[in-house]
Amino acid sequence: MASVPNLRQLASSVLTAALFVTTLYASACASQGSAAAGAGPAPAVNMSTTAPSPDPRVGLKAGTLAKLPADTTRRMISTPAAEASWNMRLVKNVLPTGPFVGVTHSDLAFRGNYVVQGNYDGYEIFDISNPRDPKLFHQEVCRGSQSDVSVYGNLIFVSGEAPSGRLDCGLAGIPDSVSKDRFRGIRIFDATDLKHPKYIQSVQTCRGSHTHTVVEDLNDKANVYIYVSGSAGVRSATELPGCSDLDPSMDPNSELFKIEIIQVPLANPMAAHVVTKAPILSDLARAPQNAGRSASDSADRAAQAAARGGRAGGRGAAAPAAGGRGGRGAVPANRGPVQCHDITAYPASGFAGGACGGYGVLLDIRDVAHPVRLYAAADSNMSFWHSATFSNDGTKVLFSDEWGGGSAPRCRVTDHYEWGADALFNIVNKKTLAFTSYFKMPAAQTSAENCVAHNGSLVPIPGRDVMIQAWYQGGVSLFDWTDNAHPKEIAFMDRGPTDTASAGAGGGSWSVYWYNGYMYSSEIARGLDVFELLPSGFISQNEIDAAKTVTFDYLNVQGQQKLVWPASFALSRSYVDQLERSKGYSADKLASIRAELSAAEKLSGQARKDALAKLSTQLHGDARGSSDAPKAHTLASAIGDLAK
Amino acid sequence: MQTLSSPMGWPRRIAAFVLVIATPLAFSPRIAGAQVATAPARVRSEADVEFMAGMIPHHAQAVLIAGWASSHGARRDVAVLCERIVVGQRDEIALMQRWLRDRGEAVPATDATHHKMKMNGMVHDMLMPGMLNAEQLAALDKSRGADFDRLFLEAMIGHHAGAVAMVNDLLGATNAGNDDVVYRFASDVFADQTTEIERMQQMLATVPPSSRP
Repeated sequence: MASVPNLRQLASSVLTAALFVTTLYASACASQGSAAAGAGPAPAVNMSTTAPSPDPRVGLKAGTLAKLPADTTRRMISTPAAEASWNMRLVKNVLPTGPFVGVTHSDLAFRGNYVVQGNYDGYEIFDISNPRDPKLFHQEVCRGSQSDVSVYGNLIFVSGEAPSGRLDCGLAGIPDSVSKDRFRGIRIFDATDLKHPKYIQSVQTCRGSHTHTVVEDLNDKANVYIYVSGSAGVRSATELPGCSDLDPSMDPNSELFKIEIIQVPLANPMAAHVVTKAPILSDLARAPQNAGRSASDSADRAAQAAARGGRAGGRGAAAPAAGGRGGRGAVPANRGPVQCHDITAYPASGFAGGACGGYGVLLDIRDVAHPVRLYAAADSNMSFWHSATFSNDGTKVLFSDEWGGGSAPRCRVTDHYEWGADALFNIVNKKTLAFTSYFKMPAAQTSAENCVAHNGSLVPIPGRDVMIQAWYQGGVSLFDWTDNAHPKEIAFMDRGPTDTASAGAGGGSWSVYWYNGYMYSSEIARGLDVFELLPSGFISQNEIDAAKTVTFDYLNVQGQQKLVWPASFALSRSYVDQLERSKGYSADKLASIRAELSAAEKLSGQARKDALAKLSTQLHGDARGSSDAPKAHTLASAIGDLAK
Repeated sequence: MQTLSSPMGWPRRIAAFVLVIATPLAFSPRIAGAQVATAPARVRSEADVEFMAGMIPHHAQAVLIAGWASSHGARRDVAVLCERIVVGQRDEIALMQRWLRDRGEAVPATDATHHKMKMNGMVHDMLMPGMLNAEQLAALDKSRGADFDRLFLEAMIGHHAGAVAMVNDLLGATNAGNDDVVYRFASDVFADQTTEIERMQQMLATVPPSSRP
């Protein structure tokens, strides 16, 4: 790899220009249209660690939507909205085409040089051999929202939940409330030939599948498992025999309080079937609320105490309310959520995070087909727990709150920071969750922009927890949660409203995921976006280069894979840059380490190895004198790995 | 594709929608090697329209009574819940109104108190499931402090259960929920309000019992 210029030398000269460039870029793109956004020159590097002020996302000019002539219930982008970005850049937008214009675009999965993008009417496949210019490769029409997609081997899995989904993939919907034609569950495609995926199996489930999670069993290579999640009710046993929404005490086969787990035999995927229904939500007592963070919690506890004191022999705080209280017999028993919205499995850590109604649940998934609940957290500020992301080392987890389901504007200046946000936790003793803070994309949006926390992924910056996340029409936000008590936004991209009257029609980023060097966003109305990270005062070019050394053959973000950085000079230099940020070494010491790394890089063969081994040994010794000893050792080890 | 050949005897509005579905598929030549059908228009059924129109007065009443939290001395956690209901359901009313307006349907007012249900050519003023009648509204309005907390939570649990029942009715109806917006919105109502019912039941368990016999 060519040596990387020292960006700090550039810093002072471009610092003042950078904000101007950001603004200029925004206005230029507004006039060019989003599809042409990648055509301009790369903006200059901004090494500032101060967020732009005023925030360029506030007050972005709206675009307009137009009705499709052929189908006036659908809308297409007519005029693009203005754009603003900071420390990242939109390199390409591909607007929806053909049957998927005006259809809600949903989640993403990756395989090799391809990305699969779901939408409410099917899915499509883009060739991303050149990430700066994705090419539409295949469109598969098969209605069934929300078409959450995953890949494994040659297979593509697609979620169907809506009652309009048909076994034959047709678009006509289903008029009857009970029909043998209805499909709700997981569709399986054999995509050995990605140009011609074959629809080989439909695994019907009682509640359908809103989302699903492909879970690898580290001890069972013959099968892969799918955790099915949803938000819909149980369908009639007349339509799918065996479906029951009775209380489990009356019917042990009831769907309630369980997740369905599908086993997919890889040698014969047509034999995929529901293998277990794991009761991960049964007997859920009232979850502990996070202490000491909101006035409502303390008031809540005081009220509980008062209620206990005022009621001789009264019920404990965790006791369920009587069903018949107030004479309303239709009130369901207080038993907690009956299903999960989404689950992120992290097999390498043995954990999964379930986002289940009003709870965030930590699961032990070491026995993949029989997950066990370890802990359930609740939070007075979290309305609807939506999804989870683990830190790479498996010691932290982040849950998002999709309050309002993504149709509503939750990022207005009047909306609370803690509502519709992320809640961050430490995983303590591998079994409990301890709240640390909230994070929310901080720029005020308009009431025409549906905005709330949604899907994101880790960005493999070595030694740090950095995540890119979608906020619907709030755009995409990159933040650092290494210190999860103080998460901090460090880059963003946002557009103005799709239309000033379009919050109901929707738009914005459904999910944004890092994959092999770029960030891909599924834009509900605008199709596929590709972003690149720019070096900044928060992330150095070395860290970006090191991030690009982490490559996957495939990626389903909800089946989290461990990030592993191969030895590289970029990786070692990333840790040097991080020691500069943490002031772990003096400027002189850092300069000398950088010089020695450069000198070693110019050598080859045994001479290089010897130089690196010597430097590694020396730095392990020096680490004791560093104010950031753990990082100093990490650097020494990374250089040692380079010597191997 | 499936042809729905006998709309005879169905209400006229549904028949009109069915004609839209039955439009033959056009084929797009854009994708080399794969002929891709152009999706037919999203259909909306009578049930979809009734759901969206009926949920407006239902939400409007929730916004009204949740708005009483501060004037009626609700305790802190109940007041926070109320604020969430006011913000959330007011936004949803706007969404429903926009959906109806975009489709040329009658749009109930933001503060509608009843659903105007057409039956046998007559318009009936109806309360949707779980809504409080005038007497119950007055009783809640008279209450203060812990009495308000209790009455409000009991009322709102029933109110939310009514919304969940409306979603279940919708998804059990002919041709319902084929519209993306309606389906997604109905799913959100189901998920959010089911979750809130559970949260309110937990709160209710901590409200002191009524001082009255």
